[in-house]
Amino acid sequence: MITKRIIPCLDVKDGRVVKGVNFLGLSDVSSPVKLAKFYSDCGADELVFYDITASAEGRALFTDILTEVASTIFIPLTVGGGINTVDDFDRVLKCGADKVSVNSGAIRDPSLISAAAQRYGDQCVVLSVDAKRVDGQFRVFAKGGREDTGLDAIEWIKKGVQSGAGEIVLNSIDTDGVKKGFDLEMLAAVCDAVNVPVIASGGAGCIEDFITLFETLPKVDAGLAASIFHFGEVQIPDLKRALADRGITMRL
Amino acid sequence: MIAIVDYGVGNLFSLTCSFRSLGAEVTVTGDPEIIRSAGKVVLPGVGAFGDAAELLRKNGLDQVVIEEANRGKPLLGICLGMQLLFDKSLEYGEHPGLGLIPGQVVSMEPVVPKGYKVPHIGWNALHFPKDKPVSPLFRHIKEGDCVYFVHSYYAADCAADLIATAEYGPELTAAVQRQNVMGTQFHPEKSGPVGLSILRAFCEMEDRL
Repeated sequence: MITKRIIPCLDVKDGRVVKGVNFLGLSDVSSPVKLAKFYSDCGADELVFYDITASAEGRALFTDILTEVASTIFIPLTVGGGINTVDDFDRVLKCGADKVSVNSGAIRDPSLISAAAQRYGDQCVVLSVDAKRVDGQFRVFAKGGREDTGLDAIEWIKKGVQSGAGEIVLNSIDTDGVKKGFDLEMLAAVCDAVNVPVIASGGAGCIEDFITLFETLPKVDAGLAASIFHFGEVQIPDLKRALADRGITMRL
Repeated sequence: MIAIVDYGVGNLFSLTCSFRSLGAEVTVTGDPEIIRSAGKVVLPGVGAFGDAAELLRKNGLDQVVIEEANRGKPLLGICLGMQLLFDKSLEYGEHPGLGLIPGQVVSMEPVVPKGYKVPHIGWNALHFPKDKPVSPLFRHIKEGDCVYFVHSYYAADCAADLIATAEYGPELTAAVQRQNVMGTQFHPEKSGPVGLSILRAFCEMEDRL
């Protein structure tokens, strides 16, 4: 049986890992290469790297870091941030990424999903969605959660999967950074709407939050978090052991 | 030296790096002479079977791989590279493979239970067949260790050469071996320490020059 996945997420800016709280107040954590190695050794099932750099120099630096990570760490790597064209897919895949995550780029140009899926396969295309409750609806936000697109998140995700997205990362802006647990209501709505793997993001504060996630929503495939791992509040080996003890299939 | 056959399919960066991290000497090449002079051969691959088989044939590399395998050279097919070792695939039509291992590659869609997602993506545990000794490829790992899979088609009708399966509803082919010809459906180069241990076991096999 396939295991549930625990995925640390590394936001990288100017060559350093940062983590936003509600996407604000960036604080420096550590070297991306060292942190990636640490997580891989701890049993992380996959790593996600988001390039949150805006400058061209920063982008080149990110590619160098990615290459270094991929040449020393042999678990699946997903890369996102600044992916606007099929050429951007090409750029990060050549550096050793296995999957590429699209967000604002796909909102601007939805054909990016189908074009990339045709070239690299569905399994390579991850649709990452930042969503928030607005007027009784789950609304898609763009540009790192700053801009309300007016799109209904469930409809947007369904359309993305039809176009070839092979996996969904759902980040709830409502629960992100609050550390009171994942957004189970929003995740349930997404799991009901699509039959591709769904990765829960935003809100994990402790081990219990992951147990609740996988016990309440068995269709969720993975839990993603950043700061609680970066700051050592949750240790991945402890987390995976605790989940396995509850009968959840894990890679130990 | 290990030759990783480059026939224009997929990204060989991680695979190359994983072998190098073990201290192995690897060359990524589409040159028949270099493949012939290598001690071992790795056949990688991602994407659709038909396209890959065609690309391999176009450069005559299919014959080179078959000849070297028949000479007893250790050959490791990975993912689609494993599927290519079989007689044929039914992915989008019917396409002949290299015929080094009897069996055919078919869609998992009809055999996995309803609600199981296809492709089969993620970490899954390896099970070794009870009725035969553990393959030398797995000498450094143990039953139940997890490896990373990404595939929608699987090798069927190959019970005689099965060396590992993974449960996804039914037990699906995870790895095969017929003497010096081996294949893994999963990606050892993405399977952490377990995957590297499998590649190490391959590196330790005797070269056939």
